[in-house]
Amino acid sequence: MSEHIVTRYDDELRDVQRRIAEMGGMAERLVDLSVRALTRLDTTIANSVIADDRRLDQVQRECEELAIMIIARRQPMALDLREVIGAMRISNDLERIGDLAKNIAKRVLALDGQFQSKRFITGVEHMAELSLAQLKDVLDAYAARDVNQAFEVWRRDADIDSMYTSLFRELLTYMMEDPRNITLCTHLLFCAKNIERIGDHATNIAETVHYVVTGEALTQDRPKQDESSVTSVSYETR
Amino acid sequence: MTVSTLQNALPEKISIKNLKFFYGDNLALKSINLPLYEKKVTAFIGPSGCGKSTLLRVLNRMYDLYPKQHAEGEVLFDGGNILAPNQDLNLLRARIGMVFQKPTPFPMSIYDNIAFGIRLYENLSRTEMDERVEAALTRGALWNEVKDKLHSSGLSLSGGQQQRLCIARSIAVRPEVVLFDEPCSALDPISTSKIEELIDELTADYTIAIVTHNMQQAARVSDYTAFMYLGELIEFDETSKIFTAPSDKRTQDYITGRFG
Repeated sequence: MSEHIVTRYDDELRDVQRRIAEMGGMAERLVDLSVRALTRLDTTIANSVIADDRRLDQVQRECEELAIMIIARRQPMALDLREVIGAMRISNDLERIGDLAKNIAKRVLALDGQFQSKRFITGVEHMAELSLAQLKDVLDAYAARDVNQAFEVWRRDADIDSMYTSLFRELLTYMMEDPRNITLCTHLLFCAKNIERIGDHATNIAETVHYVVTGEALTQDRPKQDESSVTSVSYETR
Repeated sequence: MTVSTLQNALPEKISIKNLKFFYGDNLALKSINLPLYEKKVTAFIGPSGCGKSTLLRVLNRMYDLYPKQHAEGEVLFDGGNILAPNQDLNLLRARIGMVFQKPTPFPMSIYDNIAFGIRLYENLSRTEMDERVEAALTRGALWNEVKDKLHSSGLSLSGGQQQRLCIARSIAVRPEVVLFDEPCSALDPISTSKIEELIDELTADYTIAIVTHNMQQAARVSDYTAFMYLGELIEFDETSKIFTAPSDKRTQDYITGRFG
């Protein structure tokens, strides 16, 4: 896209983009670290996630202020308007992703112990890999303004949802097997839910990329596969 | 030109068909096709010299006042052709009123500014005329400010008031269409807001076309927007579409401030 007659306007838009890129990198890192802290029950990493989330919040506020100033000063139109609105939405999603990673890190501190078995964590770990890949892909799609790549991310969220539903069943089963698993499995269930929500924010970003590029909302219904809210596991008395 | 499939086809108050306009030998409008929908506001935008004011001036044959200017094509207005040689220009200009960039009150009293046009077409009693003047000034959102000084000169008003006086004057003769040629470019923001509020209210009864250099104003007041460039109509669509996601790159470049 050619440049504006007012070059300062281009500088302002680039400032906003730079903040989004910075936030994207930070959000990816926080999610990665929080899951690493969880799988190793490493409180040092967990504490660093909690501390670093503050920086993400701060950049989000800066990004929002810059966007508001552009709206006030330049009254952006058409593509510029969509860019600014898109940046505000994406910065919100990234900030929420940071919060969810922070929540996982806090649970690591609460767990304060060891797993009896590695088997509890593998499902959560696998889900986290998928969510991270989604986040990375959608940030690439945003950087390249690639609608097709964004659409792929949007479509793939169903995989994370169905994985979450089966993990929900699995963790319930562990809890039924032995009530001593309940504390750990409940925390893991919340962590899994957080990871599933991170995937949702990645799809929100995908929708925003679609809007920024085409000017149209992605209106079709996304295939929803999270059925945990209607899933039950029958308890058999022995 | 890009025309998206505008959904519910509205009644067209004015239909411009293959309109060409010449200043001497110079082609200023190149085959314009454009509807003005009834009781809607249509904004003409585009860089200086793109032909938007020329287009507006064709609609009430303003160009007839100048030699060596002529139009070809058709401009249908309730079935008749505005460009027809036998068109009664006085009647046409009463049915299609115009408000100019700079306020142009007549050098007479506020009351007579309004009554002047009415007297040309109608023979009213004193009381009837008083009512018509009050109605027009009320409609022009000026009544409360001038009701105690109707017989002072129109030129004693502020710029914004003068412009509202001109709007009241043009609607006093009960036109069907009102053309605005940059009505706010000489006004401060408060007066501008008052004029925009007035345009909003006028759409209940009138079809409106407005030429404006202020993009935000076009976005605020109009239902439809036509973007013109170098004498061509580049894009015509719903205003909400033009300002969020225009189809033509030239439209996008212009409204985002990438050329002009």
